[in-house]
Amino acid sequence: MVSFIERWGKEAALEVQEYVRLTVLAFHGIFTRPIYRHDIIEQFDVIGAGSLTVVLLAGLFTGAALASQSGLTLDQFGARPVVGRLVSASMIKELGPVLTALMLTGRIGSGIAAEIGSMMVTDQINALRALGTDPIRKLVVPRVLAGIFMAPVLTVISDFIGILGGWVIARYQLQVNSGLYWSSITKGLYMQDVWMGLSKPFVFGFLIVTIACHVGLRTRGGTAGVGRSTTISVVAGSVAVIAADFFVTQIMIALFY
Amino acid sequence: MGTETRTETVKQILAEPGAPVVVFDHVKLAFDEKVILRDLSFTVIKGHTKIILGASGSGKSTALKIICGLLKADSGVVWVNGQRVDQLSELEMMPVRADLGMIFQEGALFDSLTVRENVGYKLYEETDMPLEQIDKRVGEVLGFIGLSEHINKMPSELSGGQRRRVAIARAISFRPSIMLYDEATTGLDPITATTVDEEMIKLRDLENVSSIIVTHQLRDAFYVAEHMARRDATGKVEIVPATPQKERQAEFIMLRDGLIVFEGDADTLRASPDPYIRDFLS
Repeated sequence: MVSFIERWGKEAALEVQEYVRLTVLAFHGIFTRPIYRHDIIEQFDVIGAGSLTVVLLAGLFTGAALASQSGLTLDQFGARPVVGRLVSASMIKELGPVLTALMLTGRIGSGIAAEIGSMMVTDQINALRALGTDPIRKLVVPRVLAGIFMAPVLTVISDFIGILGGWVIARYQLQVNSGLYWSSITKGLYMQDVWMGLSKPFVFGFLIVTIACHVGLRTRGGTAGVGRSTTISVVAGSVAVIAADFFVTQIMIALFY
Repeated sequence: MGTETRTETVKQILAEPGAPVVVFDHVKLAFDEKVILRDLSFTVIKGHTKIILGASGSGKSTALKIICGLLKADSGVVWVNGQRVDQLSELEMMPVRADLGMIFQEGALFDSLTVRENVGYKLYEETDMPLEQIDKRVGEVLGFIGLSEHINKMPSELSGGQRRRVAIARAISFRPSIMLYDEATTGLDPITATTVDEEMIKLRDLENVSSIIVTHQLRDAFYVAEHMARRDATGKVEIVPATPQKERQAEFIMLRDGLIVFEGDADTLRASPDPYIRDFLS
């Protein structure tokens, strides 16, 4: 039992050490040459434009469901007209960033882990190194940059679409006047909420991509290993997003509220 | 002695026939409890071929990865082209790798790139060479290995033997002076394996490339050791049985559990009375 705990502890420490090492090298790679511009542009397209559909759909239905659900509760207090305020606050501060990040974990995190993992088990990563290319600069840096900068963009889009979905339900199901819906949003929205909603996706984007790259680069054991890495990437990424959400929320509340 | 003077001296030494291009000096490596290389020492001479034989897990591929800096030895000294590489960082290894071409098991081609992009990868990504020159060089090396018509195909559209040959083309595109072949013919049928063997022979004899060949395919090992390439009067390349002098330039090493159990030429290997070697050769 002791040896099992000791081995588990050592393996966990090694994973943390390798993850930190990867993130440090990735940051170093962002600010030093060589920079692989084509790969950066390609990753912005893959992670940003490629994730747009899934993010739009998730945002739209979340906003609509939220309006529908909160309408029922608000009716008990005769507060149906403020449904827009509730939808916007929930979407911007919490649901938009978290759900977008979870969608990205499923779509991007798994893809990155599978792609880099496959390259690991087929010696393509070693081939890159043998050909004089640093895999971190070539593979990790473009993905980290795209993750950090595209996650907030996608979150803003998701927030807007979610609020729009909420409006559809508020207008046609809850029979709330459109002007009332939109004015309750503008009245109830504070800059602190916007800062909170915008700061989270930077952290989430960074976590999703670095975890996926780390897991991909640690892949061993053929195709079974690639499958394992993909699963680990999604599970670890999702848990990291939810945990980071809690901590960022606490920090933002302490700083701005 | 200044760095510049030392570099010049190294260049002069390496320019001489018989210069050592790769030196392993008491190299050891273990992963946790598992010892891969116990005490490995050998030298590869410029323009010669070193063929490393051994059963799976004997440490053959590990030795190649140490030369290329993909793995670090626990102890011992490794010299490549006059530079000590066992203590170099990843960044410091890059100039050393510029003179090393490595063929991986299964080829390790980049599966999302075409044959053209694979072969010219290093030139496209890591040099400032103009695109026209890169395309010309890619055409040259694909012509050398006889795969010009496949230039726009994806690796998945190629046969196993073609993939290995494209991997060779990728490795020679930047004109390295040392080639490292890791099981380059494993899994190929005898006819296809021979075409890959012939590429190795052509590179060694026509381009004066030093070779380290890791394999457990005895047929291919002896074929490379006992044949040579030459151009006939019309300039056509032909593969013929090697002269005794040329044959002696191919040296065999047999590894067993991370130790060298045999070192010598093809004839000495065949005549070895060692039961393990006899068993291996049979």
